[in-house]
Amino acid sequence: MKKEISYERYQRQMILPGFGEEAQQRLSDARVLVIGAGGLGCPALQYLTAAGVGTIGMADGDMVSLSNLHRQVLFHTSDIGKNKAEVAAAHLQQLNPEISIMSIPENVNNQNLLQLLTGFDIVIDGTDNFATRYMINDACVLMNKILVYGAVSRFEGQVSVFNYPLKQEERSSNYRDLFPEPPKEDEVLNCADAGVIGVLPGIIGTMQASETIKLITGQGNPLVNQLLTFNAMTNQFFTMKVAAKKETVSLIPDTAAAFQATDYAWLCGASFQVSEIDAHTFDGLIGQHHIDVVDVREPDEIPLVSEFQHLRIPLTQIATASEQLKSDTVVVFCQSGKRSRQAAKLLSEQFGTTKSIHSLQGGILAWKTFCQTK
Amino acid sequence: MKTDILLFGQLAEQVGAKQISLEGFSDSETLIKALQQQYPVLSQSKYIVAINQEIISGNTALSDNSIVALLPPFSGG
Repeated sequence: MKKEISYERYQRQMILPGFGEEAQQRLSDARVLVIGAGGLGCPALQYLTAAGVGTIGMADGDMVSLSNLHRQVLFHTSDIGKNKAEVAAAHLQQLNPEISIMSIPENVNNQNLLQLLTGFDIVIDGTDNFATRYMINDACVLMNKILVYGAVSRFEGQVSVFNYPLKQEERSSNYRDLFPEPPKEDEVLNCADAGVIGVLPGIIGTMQASETIKLITGQGNPLVNQLLTFNAMTNQFFTMKVAAKKETVSLIPDTAAAFQATDYAWLCGASFQVSEIDAHTFDGLIGQHHIDVVDVREPDEIPLVSEFQHLRIPLTQIATASEQLKSDTVVVFCQSGKRSRQAAKLLSEQFGTTKSIHSLQGGILAWKTFCQTK
Repeated sequence: MKTDILLFGQLAEQVGAKQISLEGFSDSETLIKALQQQYPVLSQSKYIVAINQEIISGNTALSDNSIVALLPPFSGG
């Protein structure tokens, strides 16, 4: 049985030329999965919910933290410490009680993703790291799902529509036609380390929602075989053609078993052996005498840390300044836990087994969040 | 023969310019080599190359006033 559509709720879009009841019905029948309810996912979810997409799933295992709120505008200050997917689902259901909203309060991985995709037609990538982006791309190719891609860095963003069905077996280009192999961990910074202006993921995530609505209703020209870039500082848009390449096929696992056996974190260079400790363990360690705690961020980075004693040695100097470390146990931290992993790796290579080196997982942001919720 | 090079994302910050103009290059490979020599940071960064708004994979001929864009991958969300 078809769901009853509220004409009043959707009146402003239904009166558009070429839209009408049919397009609204298509939206109502559509099933969209948003992976990552963050800077990109929040605006995408809000507009898709408002537009009446009938089934919306969202997967995110992270908790809302204070440093998310400048760009993840679906969340309130009172949501800090709660799971993003669950909080997002509650807010969105209030926005539109007529649609089905499914929250998946866990991060996608190579074991759960394929099964999850079976219930959806279109996937929106709102994640924040290469390992997950390559994994989602490969899964969508394997499962014949359309992928609406968006990514940001500082003041610039990228949008594209991947794996769109063209004719017979043929599909449009995907992420690996653009960037065949993932970059190594130190080649590119993430948002927590590079920074991002809040409205930028708002713009890019909204464009992902716009592309999704076009795909569902069959209107306009979605970014199939094209990559769009936007610069918020110069207001410049560039659109580039991206052709599907024959050799891309060989880079993507061709069976579910091969996909589940692929270590995406390793492909993205994130799996070198580093001992990581979580915010809770870190909290128990600080203040102890026999431990050196080191901030490896650059001197001007915020938030400043005044809660506990620590050394400040930027990652760029850690290899040459290690004589400052006197204790047998060293804990390094940065903003997000990414640079501190590199620092821990460098120190481990230098000290071997003479010192026990640990990196704070999730960085100082994770510890600050932990302190707010404990 | 003139080529305009557009730099995106962190490449613009690393090189210190969003746009560079160079003379006398007839294919993408020699152009990229010359850029890497002038800006060594480019040989340590990951990016793809588009000529006149089309992403290329191999060495490609340049015509006069070609626009070459260097695009790094973004991971943020």
